[in-house]
Amino acid sequence: MDWLSKNLPYLISGVATGGQYAMIAIGYTMVYGILRLINFAHGDIFMVAGLVMVYASASLPLWLSIPLVLAATVALGFVIERVAYKPLRAAPRMSAMISAIGVSYLLQNVALYVTGGPAKIYPELPFLNNPVPIGSATTKMVNLVTPILTIVLVFALLWLINHTKVGMAMRAAAKDFETSQLMGIKINSVISVTFVIGSFLAAVGSIMYFTSYTSVVPTSGAMPGLKAFVAAVFGGIGSIPGAVIGAFIIGICENIIKGLGWTTFSDAFTFALLIVILVAKPTGLFGEKATDKV
Amino acid sequence: MKGKNVQKLFFELVAIAALFCAVALMERFVPAGHMIFPVLKKGCVYALAAVSMNLLNGFTGLFSLGHAGFMLIGAYTYAVLTIPPEARGSVYQYYEGGVIQFALPWIAALVLAGLAAALFAFLIGLPVLRLKSDYLAIATLGFAEIIRALVLWDGAGPLTNASNILRKYPAFNSTLFYFAVAGFCIFLIVLLINSSYGRAFKAIRDDEIAAEAMGINLARHKMLSFTISSFFAGVSGALLAMFQATLQANTFKSAMTYEILLIVVIGGMGSVTGSCLASFLFVASSEWWLRFLDKSYPGVPFLRTGFRMVVFSVIIMIFVLFFRKGIMGSRELSDLFRRRPKKKEAAK
Repeated sequence: MDWLSKNLPYLISGVATGGQYAMIAIGYTMVYGILRLINFAHGDIFMVAGLVMVYASASLPLWLSIPLVLAATVALGFVIERVAYKPLRAAPRMSAMISAIGVSYLLQNVALYVTGGPAKIYPELPFLNNPVPIGSATTKMVNLVTPILTIVLVFALLWLINHTKVGMAMRAAAKDFETSQLMGIKINSVISVTFVIGSFLAAVGSIMYFTSYTSVVPTSGAMPGLKAFVAAVFGGIGSIPGAVIGAFIIGICENIIKGLGWTTFSDAFTFALLIVILVAKPTGLFGEKATDKV
Repeated sequence: MKGKNVQKLFFELVAIAALFCAVALMERFVPAGHMIFPVLKKGCVYALAAVSMNLLNGFTGLFSLGHAGFMLIGAYTYAVLTIPPEARGSVYQYYEGGVIQFALPWIAALVLAGLAAALFAFLIGLPVLRLKSDYLAIATLGFAEIIRALVLWDGAGPLTNASNILRKYPAFNSTLFYFAVAGFCIFLIVLLINSSYGRAFKAIRDDEIAAEAMGINLARHKMLSFTISSFFAGVSGALLAMFQATLQANTFKSAMTYEILLIVVIGGMGSVTGSCLASFLFVASSEWWLRFLDKSYPGVPFLRTGFRMVVFSVIIMIFVLFFRKGIMGSRELSDLFRRRPKKKEAAK
């Protein structure tokens, strides 16, 4: 009990971090499920969402700037897919991945140009920044809202995938790209919808993430992006519940490691976990059986 | 066939000799503070790094993104082993001079830098090389991050100086030195690529199953390519340490791997000449030719600090999207002198 009360803040922030990673990880796992592409630019889309919020809230009221952030991020994700990935659809898989790395490089440099270098302070959102006492510790409201919001959004997404026509098309495209095209599925619009959903969740995640980390730099998307990707692999790439559970596990472990005073290794732990899972069980926790990974 | 090879070799030797003469002349006649020298030096470092990555990604078909990690090992091995004992007190000021109290000559440290990177690559390769394509990429990327975390770890401070910079290790000011070391290493890589091992690597790249059926030991050759590539990555890391004169682990982030990968892609996967050319073009345009975009002029919109890199990354994206084979495709320098349609067809 003593241990619990001492570690409760880490546990809570771990669950919150997990929720933030989960929202990014869904974008990775959906895109990988359909295109077999690691969208390296996804972390940078997340960063851009943070920057848009910084600039939007400077001149607009909050009720206007949040929808603007969501819309801008969705548009960015859509445009990136159309410009950088669609022309390479027939090319070898690695070409698309290199293109994704190029987009990530471009987004970071544009962000550097726009911000001019120094870190931008994220606006304080009224409700989310309120302190909440829990037991002997206090935490920010955002840490409690994030996991709940994550779970609500994930259930909404699962409903979309399992019970709507576009969701069915997505599942078909993920199962077999070519055959689904032959069955009359408009593959381009399905892929666009995937990117739109992924970017939307990344934008929501960025609001949560930057509210608790408070500053945005051009490279601040890289690490959360990579970790969310690890979460997606850990849960079994292509599986949305897997990505969410993987993200929560990684978020909690990372914060516990930080709590033990091993902050330097919190990033390394994530990658160690990735390597262990890739070598021991490459399909991840909930991944479907695939033969082309190992 | 024999005659053609001799002719090919002759052209290459002439080109390389001309390059060295040009550099030597330039050092004599161009003022020492000119922008071209740092560009050429960094170009050499990146050329070696890009060629070693090309050996793995372009010739063996193993898509690895751990290059920055191996360069970091090389750079730190070199710096840690060569800081003179009398300077260690001030460099390792938070760790009472560190644990190592001797200094090796630079050439031994340079070789050891490569060997250390190769040793790490061997250990990492044991589990990781069983993975394929993007899983291999993400696992090696992860290992590079782990290596960086280890170097920055406070407990390793007496050896690596943790997050404090390393300095006062011997560095060479002569541009020709960078050309000599990088050139020699690239020459060794070219010899390897043209040997029976190189042909085995290409066979693995083109079709693993067919290569295995032809009696190529996949695990052994992949490991060989991975460790050799990392050896030269380590050497290039040591050269980078010399070029920068101070060393900090946070420069070796995954962004560096991405830069080198983009160089390899721009030069052409599977072309040593392409990688060399592309790295000089990359360094020169990012650090020198596009500099004018960073200055602001009255009446010209957009031009201010950072615009250079925006233009530069747009150029890179154009290459990635529209010139997917890069500048050279898979051709080499000597192929440029012989305009035979058959060769072009073979190179696709």
